[in-house]
Amino acid sequence: MSNDPAPLLVVRDLKTYFFLDEGTVRAVDGVDFAVHPGQVVGIVGESGCGKSVTVKSVMRLVQRPGRLVAGTIRFRPSSQSAQRWPLAPDGTLDLAALDPQGPIMRAIRGGEIALIPQEPMAAFSPVHTIGNQIVEAIRLHQDVDRQTAWEWGVERLAEVGIPSPAQRMRAYSWELSGGLRQRAMIAMALACGPRLLIADEPTTAIDVTTQAQILTLLRALQEQHNMAIIFITHDLGVIAQIADHVVVMYLGRVMEAGPVEEIFLRPQHPYTRALLRSIPSIHTPSRTLLPTIQGSIPHPFNRPAGCPFHPRCGDFVPGLCDRNTPEPVPVSPTQTVSCHLYTGELHGEPIPDRSSPA
Amino acid sequence: MANPSQTAPPLLEVQHLCKYFPVRAGLLRRQVGEIRAVDDVSFAVYPGETLGLVGESGCGKTTTARCILRALAPTSGAILFRTQEGTVVDLAPLSEAELRPLRREMQMIFQDPFASLNPRMTLFDIVGEPLLVLGRMRDRQQRMDRVAELLEMVGLRPEYMRRYPHAFSGGQRQRIVIARALALNPRLVVADEPVSALDVSVQAQVLNLMLRLQQELGLTYIFVAHDLSVVKHFCDRVAVMYVGKLVELAPTRSLFFQPRHPYTAALMAAVPVPDPRLRGKMQPLEGEVPSPANPPSGCYFHPRCPHAVEICSQEPPRLQEIAPGHFVSCHRAQELELVGVDAAEVPGHEG
Ligand SMILES: Nc1ncnc2c1ncn2[C@@H]1O[C@H](COP(=O)(O)OP(=O)(O)OP(=O)(O)O)[C@@H](O)[C@H]1O
Ligand SMILES: Nc1ncnc2c1ncn2[C@@H]1O[C@H](COP(=O)(O)OP(=O)(O)OP(=O)(O)O)[C@@H](O)[C@H]1O
Ligand SMILES: [Mg+2]
Ligand SMILES: [Mg+2]
Repeated sequence: MSNDPAPLLVVRDLKTYFFLDEGTVRAVDGVDFAVHPGQVVGIVGESGCGKSVTVKSVMRLVQRPGRLVAGTIRFRPSSQSAQRWPLAPDGTLDLAALDPQGPIMRAIRGGEIALIPQEPMAAFSPVHTIGNQIVEAIRLHQDVDRQTAWEWGVERLAEVGIPSPAQRMRAYSWELSGGLRQRAMIAMALACGPRLLIADEPTTAIDVTTQAQILTLLRALQEQHNMAIIFITHDLGVIAQIADHVVVMYLGRVMEAGPVEEIFLRPQHPYTRALLRSIPSIHTPSRTLLPTIQGSIPHPFNRPAGCPFHPRCGDFVPGLCDRNTPEPVPVSPTQTVSCHLYTGELHGEPIPDRSSPA
Repeated sequence: MANPSQTAPPLLEVQHLCKYFPVRAGLLRRQVGEIRAVDDVSFAVYPGETLGLVGESGCGKTTTARCILRALAPTSGAILFRTQEGTVVDLAPLSEAELRPLRREMQMIFQDPFASLNPRMTLFDIVGEPLLVLGRMRDRQQRMDRVAELLEMVGLRPEYMRRYPHAFSGGQRQRIVIARALALNPRLVVADEPVSALDVSVQAQVLNLMLRLQQELGLTYIFVAHDLSVVKHFCDRVAVMYVGKLVELAPTRSLFFQPRHPYTAALMAAVPVPDPRLRGKMQPLEGEVPSPANPPSGCYFHPRCPHAVEICSQEPPRLQEIAPGHFVSCHRAQELELVGVDAAEVPGHEG
């Protein structure tokens, strides 16, 4: 799947900074990743590491004082809309070079790439019914009458497992339980059949049983529509369950990326390894001390020089890690790590065959 | 680690605790119903142990915790607390004045380390306040010494005393909250989701700190959480709540490896395991949690329960001791073979 020759999205050296009076926050500082059609890419990292700013940059939703200062965001639109757009010879479009408010970006947002934002209340207006908002979203991108759009809306709500969908179209978002609202949000994001769905912490505020329902639903929808998903979370359990490919971020940079098995079973970056060790699992022994990562995440104005993780890294080499920023190097054809200490010798376990039943 | 002995008399015994909130509507705010946030809950907490309280949002965990500490007045039931002197007092009917001398023995740690600290107070004022108010420690130097000692105990530098909370990270703020809670040497600490708002790396630091302090100071914890992995890691015994009711209570190992209530088993099956080799094992439970203002008949779990039979929709089950120390409230607890966390399928875990 990840060897598909034509990726849907390729982000290269993305930098998004916030220019504040007190200083510059380098929220995203040279991020690379790719998403292939039908793939679920998980972005993990601790609070403030730049996950939301990364995907807002892709959607061109970053607002002042923030600015996309460098990088390319090459997206491959579906053949239909593409005819009217100024594509590069390889069939892609650099979203970073487009006017964020221009007609192409407006058509892409919601039509080709849909976002479920981190703030759940931000997705729906409290003064319009869910149905009216879904109809609105459909008609923004598709030339259909109200009646048809309404029927599609009902179908979408049914598809995400909302009981009595025709009735629920007339409900307001605040009348729904957390789990139903989350489903309605997914239905709205899917309204125009996007090729890429970006879900920013879609299950963080909800209970485990509802979370399990939503994860199963997203997986099913992804398979039915061959839709790609970027799934953001800080929960490594969720990532292990849903992602095909994992991007581990720390302070605005990608520390390590690769297929989910390689990241969990054969992590090469000291940060990834420390993060995995520090989670209490339902399977680890009780009432023992958990291995911790020393220190805390630095303030965004005080970004360390060199490797951003070096002040907390147990293996840090003075004169190297605090001077030069490591660039991603391949560990395998599919896994990369950004660490000076990686010498080509692999840590960890053999990776099981991907073709074994999931 | 050895389980604290349950041969000692309980530090706290909650008996048939109920807390109902009125539901009002209309212009005259007439009462049209009630929310049974906590409904006939009973359990005991033994000295030196950690009792976990788990369940999904709205099941009544915080309300139970607040009733125990008498931040709320229970609708009915008893809260028997064994004081330092060894006498047993029912906290439920006490007035604020009567509670005051007992307050220093019980403390609460709240969920949100960002909301629970006054931004205009320095660490000295925050941590020193209970010393002054409840402890009547008037001497400033004495208070400063004690605050310094407390800050050191939770791994913060005493020099930070003059700083304000905004200068601290989430994990450091939770340490401040813990230092404040420990100021008066409490015996019972009720921690309401103390690590839920924290990142995993910080969460591990705070959990380790709480474990260490418990061992050093002989604390008894009631640990409220919704994250089962954290609860499994941290607690000696676990109580599971569903829509205001206690559905199961057992030693941690029994609860996780041999759950006897279908809801407990369903909760465990829904936890995403951080191992891609165990993919596809997650089994979502159908349906949604009912509203405590309008619960179903019989067993509240029956509409979602894969094992429900006729009696489940007709009669509410009673909590019974099905094995020593293992309490469950299910009509079919004796006959069901439920699957918990399977120790056998766990591949070798790193670290
Ligand atoms: N509008 C803004 N103005 C200034 N700084 C900002 C703004 N938005 C984000 N940042 C900063 O950019 C950095 C990355 O933020 P981002 O929201 O992407 O983090 P995140 O990884 O999504 O975290 P979380 O898990 O908490 O959602 C943070 O240091 C944040 O404070
Ligand atoms: N002051 C109040 N007035 C009315 N209803 C209340 C009040 N406090 C809590 N409730 C209701 O009581 C029930 C239990 O709430 P509680 O806060 O104890 O749940 P919880 O288990 O702590 O949930 P969470 O995991 O979301 O913190 C909920 O239905 C809640 O809406
Ligand atoms: Mg975010
Ligand atoms: Mg609560």
